[in-house]
Amino acid sequence: MAVISTQGVEKIYNPGKIPVKALKGVSLEIAEGEFTAIVGPSGSGKTTLLNIIGGLDRPTAGYVEVGGVDISGLSDNQLIDFRKDHIGFVFQAYNLIPVLTARENVAFVMLLQHRSAQERNARAESLLAAVGLSDKMDKRPAELSGGQQQRVAVARALASKPSFILADEPTANLDSASTANLLDIMYRLNQEEHITFVFSTHDQRVIDRAKRVVTLVDGKIDRDEVRG
Amino acid sequence: MMLFKLAWRNIWRNRRRTYITAASILFAVLFASFMDSLQRGAWDNMVRNVVNYYFGYMQVHEKGYWAEQSIDKAFILTDSLRHKAGAPPAAGVVPRIESFALAAGEAQTTGVLVAGIEPEAEDEMTGLRERLIDGRYLSAEGKGALLASGVAEKLGLGVGDTLVLITQGFRGVNAAGKYPVTGLASFGSPELNKQMVYLPLQEAQYFFGAQGRVTSVALHLEEADDIAVLKARLFQQLDTSAFEVMDWEEMLPDLVQARELDTAGNVIVYFILYLIIAFGIFGTILMMTKERSYEFGVLIAIGMQRWQLAWSVFIEIVMLGIIGALAGILASLPVVLYFKVNPIRFSGEMAGSLEKFGFEPIFPATFDPRIFAAQASYVFLATVVLAIYPMLKIRKLEPVRAMRG
Ligand SMILES: Nc1ncnc2c1ncn2[C@@H]1O[C@H](COP(=O)(O)OP(=O)(O)OP(=O)(O)O)[C@@H](O)[C@H]1O
Ligand SMILES: [Mg+2]
Repeated sequence: MAVISTQGVEKIYNPGKIPVKALKGVSLEIAEGEFTAIVGPSGSGKTTLLNIIGGLDRPTAGYVEVGGVDISGLSDNQLIDFRKDHIGFVFQAYNLIPVLTARENVAFVMLLQHRSAQERNARAESLLAAVGLSDKMDKRPAELSGGQQQRVAVARALASKPSFILADEPTANLDSASTANLLDIMYRLNQEEHITFVFSTHDQRVIDRAKRVVTLVDGKIDRDEVRG
Repeated sequence: MMLFKLAWRNIWRNRRRTYITAASILFAVLFASFMDSLQRGAWDNMVRNVVNYYFGYMQVHEKGYWAEQSIDKAFILTDSLRHKAGAPPAAGVVPRIESFALAAGEAQTTGVLVAGIEPEAEDEMTGLRERLIDGRYLSAEGKGALLASGVAEKLGLGVGDTLVLITQGFRGVNAAGKYPVTGLASFGSPELNKQMVYLPLQEAQYFFGAQGRVTSVALHLEEADDIAVLKARLFQQLDTSAFEVMDWEEMLPDLVQARELDTAGNVIVYFILYLIIAFGIFGTILMMTKERSYEFGVLIAIGMQRWQLAWSVFIEIVMLGIIGALAGILASLPVVLYFKVNPIRFSGEMAGSLEKFGFEPIFPATFDPRIFAAQASYVFLATVVLAIYPMLKIRKLEPVRAMRG
C-alpha cells in the first residue's frame, strides 16, 4: 500500500514575476517500508518535492495523498497537526531546539501530541538509545557533534510515530564517518522496525545504500530504479 | 507549562542581551520611581505646609458658607458637634469665626480679615505662635489683638497701641470694638500678612454679636492619607443638610491644579523615558525574531501550532520585562527609603523663600507601593505591546521560507 502518492505535481515559484518551474509533473508512489533516495543535480527540485510531500509547501498543480489523505484539502492549521502526527522530518542542519536537551527535544513532539510524561520519557530514552546516544540524553545541541545532532533529529522524527520520515540531505553537513553511522541507524530502523524513509542526497555513498533511487532532472523524474 | 519552560530557557539563551535589556528596564524603573517618589513627596510636603498654614486639610461649615463667606452663616458650635468632628483620625478641632472688618489706627484705615481663634488649638495646627515677631501670643481669656506685620505697618500701630475695628456683625448688628495690640506676627504669605487680625474666639464672637457661634471648624490631621476616612465618617455622623464638609482640594482648587500641572509635566518625561527604553527593547526583539526565524520554521514544520509558538515568545518577552521591572523596584526600594528618612534639604535662595513662609526647606521622598506598581505596569504594558510584533511575524511565518534563510 502506498503511503505517499503524487499525481502530476507541478510547482512554479514566483508565478507573477519571473516564474521558476521547479517541478514539471511528478507522479510518484512510495510504499510502506521503502528506503528511497531522491537524487539529482542541484536545482533539480528535490527539496521542492520533499516539501510538497511533507505538507510544508503546496503544489501549483497536481495531487498529493499522504496515508490516504488528500493533503491539499487541509487548512494551514490542519496541515500543522497533520505533520505533527504523520510525518517525521530531518532537515539538513539545525533541526533541534537549542535550549532543550536531546531528551527534551525528542520528547517535545510527544508533548505537542499530549502524551503522558511517563510515555514521553520512556520513548525518548528508548529512541535515543536506538540512535546510540544513551549517554548524551541530557546534553544540549551545542554540546553535540553534527552527527550526534542528526541522530537526535532522527530520534525526534520517530517520536511522534509518523507514517514515514522525510529527510532532505540529512548527511550534507557530516563527515564520512558520521554519514556512515547515521545511515547505519536509518537502515537498521528501516530493516527492523519497517520505518519508511524518503531522503534526498548528493552523496554517492548514501545513494549506494538506498533500496530505490528516484532521479530528478529539471523538475521531472528521469529514472526510477529499485535495487535487489 | 512547556511554553513557560521554553520561554524561560530562551530568556537565558543570550545572557548578555538579557542582562542589557533587563538593566535598561531596571534603570528606567529606578529613575522613574525615584523621581516620582521625590516629586510626590515634595508635593505632599508642600500641600501639608500650605494647607496647615491656615485652612487645614478639612473644614466643617454651615451649608453654603464657603460659597458666600458670610458671617450670617455662623453656627452654634455645640459640644456634641465638637466631639464628633474631633474624633480620630482628626487630631484636633480648630474653630474660628471669620469676617471682614474695617480697621483703624492712628491715621489710616484698612480692610482686614478678623479671625477669632482658640489660641492653643490654632497654634497646634498652624504654628501661629512661631510667627510672632513682637509682643506676646494670644490667650483665650485675654482681650488683646494679634496683628499681621503688614496690617500693623499700614495702620502705623505697634505693640501697646490701640486698634479700632468696625463692621457689620451677625445678622446685620453694628459691630465696633477697641483692642490693645498685644502681638505682631509675620507671615511669608503676603496675602495673610496684609490682612490678618487675630482675636481670642470669645472676644471675636462678642464683637460680631455671634455668641457661641463659629463660621468654620478646621480639623487638624497628622496624615493626608486620613482625609478620606475622616470625610467618610463626618458624612455619616453629621447632618449634611445643615453642614458642609470640605477637604483642602475643594477649598484650594488652585493648589490642586498646580500639582496636577507639575505632575503632568513629569508624566511626559516618563513617557519619553519609557519610549526610549521601548525602542531599545524593540531592537532586541527585532534581532531575536530575525535570528530565530529558522528555528521558528523548524518548530512549525514539526507540528507546533503558530499560536503555541507565538505564546511562548510572548511569555518570554513579558517575563523579560517583568524581570527588569522587579529588579528596578528592588533597586529603588532602598534609594527611595533612604530619601524618605533623609529628606533632601534645600539651601540658598529657594530655601530662604520657603523659610520665610515658615516651611522647612526639605523634600522627603514618598514611599508609596503604588508608585512602584505604576512603573512596573508601564513596563509590563510596553513589553506586551512590543511582544505583538514577533507574534504577528509568527502568524505569517512560512516554514519553508524561514528555513531557506
Ligand atoms: N522559494 C523559491 N523561490 C524561487 N525559486 C525557488 C524557490 N525554491 C526553490 N526555487 C528554485 O526551484 C528550483 C528547484 O529548487 P530545489 O531547492 O527544489 O532544488 P534541489 O534539487 O533541492 O537543489 P539542491 O540540490 O541545490 O538542494 C531551483 O531552480 C531553485 O532555484
Ligand atoms: Mg535541496
